[in-house]
Amino acid sequence: MAVEGSETGGNGFEPKILMFACNWCSYAGADLAGVSRLQMPANCRVIRVMCSARVRPEFVITALSKGLDGVVVLGCHPGDCHYSEGNYFTRRRGLFLKKLLEYVGIEPERFQVRWVSASEGAKFADTVAEVTRQVKALGPNRPRRNAQ
Amino acid sequence: MPKTRVGVFVCHCGNNIGGVVRVPEVVEDARHLPNVVCVEDNLYTCSEEGLSSIKEQIAEQNLSRVVVASCTPRTHEPLFKEACEEAGLNRYLFEFVNIREHCSWVHRHDPARATEKAKELVRMGVAKARYLEPQEEFESEVFPAALVVGGGVAGMTAALSLANQGIQVYVVEREEKLGGLVRELRTLFPTEQDTGELLSPLMEQVRGHPQITVYLGSEVENVEGFIGDFQVTVGSDGQNSELQVGTVIVATGAQELRPSGMYGYSTLPNVVTQLEFEESFKSGADLPPNVVMINCVGARVPERTYCGRFCCSTAIKNAIWLKEQDPDAKVSVLHRDVMAYGVDIEDSYRGAMELGVRFLRYDIQNPPQVLGAKRAEAVKVQHQLMGKEVILPADLVVLTTPLVPREDSERLSKMLKVPLGTEGFFLEAHLKLRPIEFSTDGIYVCGSARYPSSIPESVSQAYAAAAKAGIPIRDGSVRVEAITVFCDERTCSACGNCVEVCPFGAVELEEGKFGRIASVSVAQCKGCGCCVAACPSGAMQQRGFDDRQLLSMIGALAEGMVSGGGR
Repeated sequence: MAVEGSETGGNGFEPKILMFACNWCSYAGADLAGVSRLQMPANCRVIRVMCSARVRPEFVITALSKGLDGVVVLGCHPGDCHYSEGNYFTRRRGLFLKKLLEYVGIEPERFQVRWVSASEGAKFADTVAEVTRQVKALGPNRPRRNAQ
Repeated sequence: MPKTRVGVFVCHCGNNIGGVVRVPEVVEDARHLPNVVCVEDNLYTCSEEGLSSIKEQIAEQNLSRVVVASCTPRTHEPLFKEACEEAGLNRYLFEFVNIREHCSWVHRHDPARATEKAKELVRMGVAKARYLEPQEEFESEVFPAALVVGGGVAGMTAALSLANQGIQVYVVEREEKLGGLVRELRTLFPTEQDTGELLSPLMEQVRGHPQITVYLGSEVENVEGFIGDFQVTVGSDGQNSELQVGTVIVATGAQELRPSGMYGYSTLPNVVTQLEFEESFKSGADLPPNVVMINCVGARVPERTYCGRFCCSTAIKNAIWLKEQDPDAKVSVLHRDVMAYGVDIEDSYRGAMELGVRFLRYDIQNPPQVLGAKRAEAVKVQHQLMGKEVILPADLVVLTTPLVPREDSERLSKMLKVPLGTEGFFLEAHLKLRPIEFSTDGIYVCGSARYPSSIPESVSQAYAAAAKAGIPIRDGSVRVEAITVFCDERTCSACGNCVEVCPFGAVELEEGKFGRIASVSVAQCKGCGCCVAACPSGAMQQRGFDDRQLLSMIGALAEGMVSGGGR
């Protein structure tokens, strides 16, 4: 059952956010956050991919059109990609995708690309907290959910 | 085609998961998922019992997919995959769900939402598992050479151990000399041997070994590649050398903390660290009659919570030495606790007391004070047993500080894509299950780069790291995970996007059965999936990460998101 106030973006609204994390940097960063017991909001769900560049734009659009409130793609820092240049594709693709989302009427802020290295457990935790706050402020991705 | 039969195993991990996530609820939720025929919870799924239970269920329930919800695939995946394989199930029909690092450990104060999240993660895992397919692994060659970064005791020991196995080793040392931190010590503890007795033969053997090439005054500038085939750039004064190696050992050591601003350090000339003390008396400086040592300087404090482990023994060593040189010298050691672990150190601690070294305990809430304006003249400390302040005259104040990570650790960690822990030391894959190894294959760590390690510890770690780093080289090949890409000939339009984006030149356009198509060289494909995302027709797919698998995970997460649906 929906929590009271969740449909209005009030205090009870807890967004559901999908995160793609690359195996080498960001997934390891998320593990490090866990090992370090860094506490964070329970809104994000991680899907592991080998490289952030594996994330087909279709995944982002599908997730948002199915009503998920936000999608984040996490990769190694530019210049640090395990596959040399995968995250450059991610970066470029991300910019285009934001424009496309705007064009089709989805708040582009619901989709973000961030860099978290294997040694940045704290940055992973901060990113989860920050993205959760931002998506919470946007409110529920309601039109998409209603359209289902 | 027979129906897919999924088995789900949810781990309590003792209290690690079960103490936060309500495992029975997760189990109950998983029972109702499509194709799931058996759900179990285990106290430890990775235990012998847990693993045999997986194997039994594969046989009894005729499982065609196995999902384990426990910790991170980065440490335990091979274990569970092997269990599947032993039970006759292809190892690629296994899916891992992380409900510890990504859930119970990071949502400790919110059991309700952690439980909900764990349920969803399991749903996503099961959704993907239904679409998994069996795969064959590919073997890749290992270049028969190893790189050792750091030429201290750990690095030299590891290099010799590898070279004695007949493996070509490159040692890269930043300083102009081999020997590392130990070179700066006066004597070794507890044997009171001259450091040269340890270092000289080691250095000689390393320099003279036909299988070892040493790069002095050099640093690792860049590392590319994977286990079996790392390309390393070593730089010295703008001159670069390119090396090819199969495995890498990190032995960069640590450095003594210089506690600027504490207890008059860097303002009063006669306040020094233990290392500076040893260096000055190596050259035979006059011995001061009154010496006060302060332990735990900059250690076990909020900004550096760890114990330096052998700082206490360093203080004991130097206190004994002072008393032996001059029995009338007054030597006091101010400590918070004396960590004289093991057999030898406790003996020395007692020996020091018998020689008349005074050990006084201080309280961190009321730390000692160094008195004196231009020079340290005395140390004032609250005597815990007498319950009153005492003033100890001091001609020399020696601060016992812990080892701290080298400043350039972060740079190296980024190059090698291996993690540093919260204190800045290199972090191995698992403290107990995979010490010495990083979670990235083919890279190992030993000595104080890992955390402050004594010489005997550094030496044993170096042997361990060398043994590990030698395995793939002696095997000559490693099995490469079957996460490579393939092209569906029927849907490929030969646009060539995949050829353009592939960072490894693994894709080419070729004449196929149905005309021109993309063709993938499995040996060159590293499984990033760049080309899959760039393919406009969905012809390119990645094994273990194909579109159906990933979209089914998104679908499983989004289920119930429609208006009025539960959340």
